[in-house]
Amino acid sequence: MTVTLWQRLDKTGRNLAPIAVTVMLLLVGMVPLQIPSYTEVAPALTLMAVYYWAIHRPDLLRPGSAFAIGLLQDLLSGGPLGLNALTLVCVHWTVLTQRRFFLANTFALLWFGFALIVIGAAVLQWAVVCALSASVLPFPAPLFQALLTLALFPVFAWLFIRVHRAFLQG
Amino acid sequence: MKPRTSGSVVRLAAPLRALAQRFSFLLLVVASIALMMVGKVDPALVDAARSRVTDAFAPILDALSRPAATAARVIESVVDLQSVYEENQRLKAENARLTQWRQAALRLEAENGSLRSLLNYKPDPAASFITARVIAAPGAAFFRTMVVTAGRRDGVRKGQAVLAGAGMVGRVIEVGEWSSRVLLITDINARVPVVLESSRARALLAGDNSDQPKLIYLPPDAVATVGERVVTSGHGGVFPPGIPVGVVASVGERGVKVQPITDLSRLEHLRLVDFGLPGGPGEVDPSRDWK
Repeated sequence: MTVTLWQRLDKTGRNLAPIAVTVMLLLVGMVPLQIPSYTEVAPALTLMAVYYWAIHRPDLLRPGSAFAIGLLQDLLSGGPLGLNALTLVCVHWTVLTQRRFFLANTFALLWFGFALIVIGAAVLQWAVVCALSASVLPFPAPLFQALLTLALFPVFAWLFIRVHRAFLQG
Repeated sequence: MKPRTSGSVVRLAAPLRALAQRFSFLLLVVASIALMMVGKVDPALVDAARSRVTDAFAPILDALSRPAATAARVIESVVDLQSVYEENQRLKAENARLTQWRQAALRLEAENGSLRSLLNYKPDPAASFITARVIAAPGAAFFRTMVVTAGRRDGVRKGQAVLAGAGMVGRVIEVGEWSSRVLLITDINARVPVVLESSRARALLAGDNSDQPKLIYLPPDAVATVGERVVTSGHGGVFPPGIPVGVVASVGERGVKVQPITDLSRLEHLRLVDFGLPGGPGEVDPSRDWK
């Protein structure tokens, strides 16, 4: 009896890994790094996490979780409420409905898929913020942010793959 | 991933599940948009929720920000060591110059005091400072805010001016129990009434999410020169007059850009200042419409 309970606890804990990693990255992304001009192009870490887990374990990171993580990010970052929630839900949905395309065999294809997603997310966020503030904002900042996110994706993908192997394929 | 149920059930459940998935997607999108509307219609409610959540996460953010700050300090001290001799020489020269200025300031202060006593002048209320550490600087393309470790229980109030180093960097927009949020002057929603120090031309310093905010509503006949200091004008009663904000960096076709006096990317500690101004700032808040 105790063994099965422990096993179930263990399994639940392991299944929480995708959400835990995503929330951790959210908080790490808030750390003031004191690098000039860093904050305006800081990479969207949660976007990477949601992209990876929506492809590989959509059963462990459901749309509801993506929404909740986006909402938490909105609340902590001080931006318009619902902006990141909308972005992450849309990314999750896009990946899930086109999973055959994104579930690539090679890393290059995974990266290419992420390039499409990150550009799409930048355009979506920009459009939403423009609509909310009823003015046309300059596009370069979100574009550079998207490019940096794209450039750093391999580093974090490596982290996700390590977590994936360590906790979810034991 | 792997189907959790066996063959025939999956065949039946798959379309249903797809429908449920699509429906939940729509529901979540509608929820996001509804939240944006709530943020537009009732910013006070959103602010309250935000400061609660920020309060709850403040200890974690605090713990996470410490190693980053330490690393930054170590790197900085190594860099400083290389130039310690030149720095010392420079500081000695500066100190000599400042001592002279101090004498001048003391003389002027005495003179000012005696002249004020002649005029029956009402002095500005005394200011009180709260020093707080920056624990979060969310990386974002569309806004510039920071979270600091001081809140209502430390005496922070909405609308207080935030200083760092020699100049003003922003103001408090949200106050939690032990954390609060600062809107930097570079944020697209930030507006500071300023005056050019030597030409005395009034303007509004408006952030545009770039590193250098610009001056708007500058009178057409006013001439801004590069290098001129920009200080708060005190109009609107939110900030007292005379706090340095920045230096005119460029004057061109696309307006006058101002370089903030303090390097906003390297803020570690901030001073939240209560100037005790009458009419309490923070009640009127026209510049933040979506928060």
